[in-house]
Amino acid sequence: MNPAAAGHALPAANAADVATLRGVDYSVGGKPVFTGLDISIRRGDVTAIMGPSGTGKTTLLRLITGQLRPDAGTVIVDGQDVAGLDSSGLYVLRRKIGMLFQNGALLTDLDVFENVAFPLREHARLPERLVRNIVLTKLHAVGLRGAAGLMPQELSGGMARRVALARAIVMDPQILLYDEPFAGLDPISMGVVLRLIRSLNEALGISSIVVTHDVREVSQIADASYILSDGRVVASGTPEQLREHGSPVVQQFMEGLADGPVRFHYPAPDYRKQLLDRSEVA
Amino acid sequence: MRKSRTIDISTGLFVLLGMTAILFLVTQITNREFALRTDSYRLQAQFGNVGGLKAGAPVSMAGVTIGRVESIGYDMDLFKAVVTLRIDKRYDEIPNDSDAGILTAGLLGGQYVGITPGGSEETFKDGDRVEFVQDAIVLENLISKYLFNQAREQATGGEVAATQKGELQP
Amino acid sequence: MKALVGDLASSLMEFLERLGAMTRFAGAVVAQSPAALLRPRLVVEQVYNTGALSLVIIMTCGLFVGMVLGLQGYELLQRFGSEESLGVGAALSLLKELGPVVTALLFAGRAGTALASELGLMRATDQLSAMEVMAVDPMRRVVVPRFLGGVISMPLLTAVFIAVALYGVQLVGVQFLGVDQGQFWSQMRGAVEFEDVREGLVKGFTFGVACSLIAVFEGYNAQPTAEGVGRATTRTVVISAVVTLVLDYILTAIML
Repeated sequence: MNPAAAGHALPAANAADVATLRGVDYSVGGKPVFTGLDISIRRGDVTAIMGPSGTGKTTLLRLITGQLRPDAGTVIVDGQDVAGLDSSGLYVLRRKIGMLFQNGALLTDLDVFENVAFPLREHARLPERLVRNIVLTKLHAVGLRGAAGLMPQELSGGMARRVALARAIVMDPQILLYDEPFAGLDPISMGVVLRLIRSLNEALGISSIVVTHDVREVSQIADASYILSDGRVVASGTPEQLREHGSPVVQQFMEGLADGPVRFHYPAPDYRKQLLDRSEVA
Repeated sequence: MRKSRTIDISTGLFVLLGMTAILFLVTQITNREFALRTDSYRLQAQFGNVGGLKAGAPVSMAGVTIGRVESIGYDMDLFKAVVTLRIDKRYDEIPNDSDAGILTAGLLGGQYVGITPGGSEETFKDGDRVEFVQDAIVLENLISKYLFNQAREQATGGEVAATQKGELQP
Repeated sequence: MKALVGDLASSLMEFLERLGAMTRFAGAVVAQSPAALLRPRLVVEQVYNTGALSLVIIMTCGLFVGMVLGLQGYELLQRFGSEESLGVGAALSLLKELGPVVTALLFAGRAGTALASELGLMRATDQLSAMEVMAVDPMRRVVVPRFLGGVISMPLLTAVFIAVALYGVQLVGVQFLGVDQGQFWSQMRGAVEFEDVREGLVKGFTFGVACSLIAVFEGYNAQPTAEGVGRATTRTVVISAVVTLVLDYILTAIML
């Protein structure tokens, strides 16, 4: 990351970073998703990753968890190069990470309690009473201790997401990844999730990475933000810095403008010509 | 955990049902007699031609199955087929001059070994050899014999047939 | 014309690619099977899912297949005057062919689609991805138990099908049409060998392995959309049917 480049207001990477992406290239089916991506996530921060739809924000999270390997560049999480880890190394890494998926991704054949208890049961051999206490504590932290007996199908979208959050923190991870946590929520649920992200980050002393395009919402809680476009970082800084940013891409995104560097009109032939073109109508 | 108990019980019932079905199929509709190995003794018989006799074919007396053909081998010195018979110990009083023949069940059925009892006072013991045997009837031989007879009859103008009938003295 | 050849060529490539992917997948599943057996609870749940829940359809269809067999068989044998051989004919055709094949097709339709759609849905709702992030191997936790459940259930279902079908044959032949009960069973006992039963069970087991594998493969690799899941279940039934019949010929040729 070149500090001299305009608009990049965050300091250079250092050992206090919990995750670093350096010069990462990644493509799917020949189409490049990331080109020379540089991101540093500071420990203890709530970091927002934003950008227009389709910029591969979920892919970014998958690179951090090691589910995908970069074509070039390095992904370093908690001091370790993810690409160099074998399956037992990945196993250790993933126990430090908790992830909240877009739809919650709760296991549909287990009830709320069992869903939250799932990581505990799979990884630790704890006495049942201890499991119960931990699960109930985590559910209480997200305000859903009373819903422990419900099935995922019986939950509203916001509740499902909160249960998924409880599951993500049950193993006391160091890093929490949020994939579009505000998508499709009503204002109340959104407020709840916002509050939870911020308070969990403080209370558990962890680092949170929130991938979203809800600019207004995330700006309320983010310590640092990155805006991605065309597979690279176009701006970074605190929410205030981004709001004052000069680049048209950032302006269009932050203000929600209909037209700008991201065009309103999908590429099409000349309007007048097409309307007057008799040969198209048989 | 109530749901998992129901699942366990139902699965158990299913597996039980399946096993029962398999057991039913194996025992009720096949002709394998499972008790034969234990209490039985061996007899040997040498045939010039075993025809279509196979291992596992029944050995019977008066139509009742008393044993099985255990194995069929070939003796290079005697130039005969050596058939080993396993007889159920319940039938241990077969006269040792009995006759073992290879017969056919029905018109086109499988072949089996039929034992016709003799008159001896002594009975077969484990490992004995059956002296009197009757080879399998090979259809081709039967046909060629018939045709040969017909040809002879034609040639001698009926004398042979008459001789065989006992009307003419040779 | 050129387009047709091009289409065929790309279809062939796609077929080969899928075949290769399925073989590797099969290898992974088989490799993980012993480990999965250490969690008997999961396997038992899947035996329930694929087997116990399929019992009703298997038994119903078995009964009616048997009854039709009795009806047709009787009419056919009557032309040659050998009605008493109904038992033999029905038993042999059920054991060797009808039982394993029809059970496999029904299994693919009921249990195969259930497996494919469950796994496809898990794929589409990120449940499999979530498991990976939670450092749980989805193959071991979700895929292999389903495969093993199917493999255990199929031979049992086949046996139940054949047994119930025989009852159906007996019901129509002896009870309705007057074939002599003694002749029916004794002729059957006289002609059916243990090897015939073994042949049927071996086929049942083989079809079980094939259909279960196809179902979990299609579900696990489904496109993570609603259409993707639907397509996966359709493919499961179609491919299971074709593979079952092809294997049937191969097994019959080997075992005869």
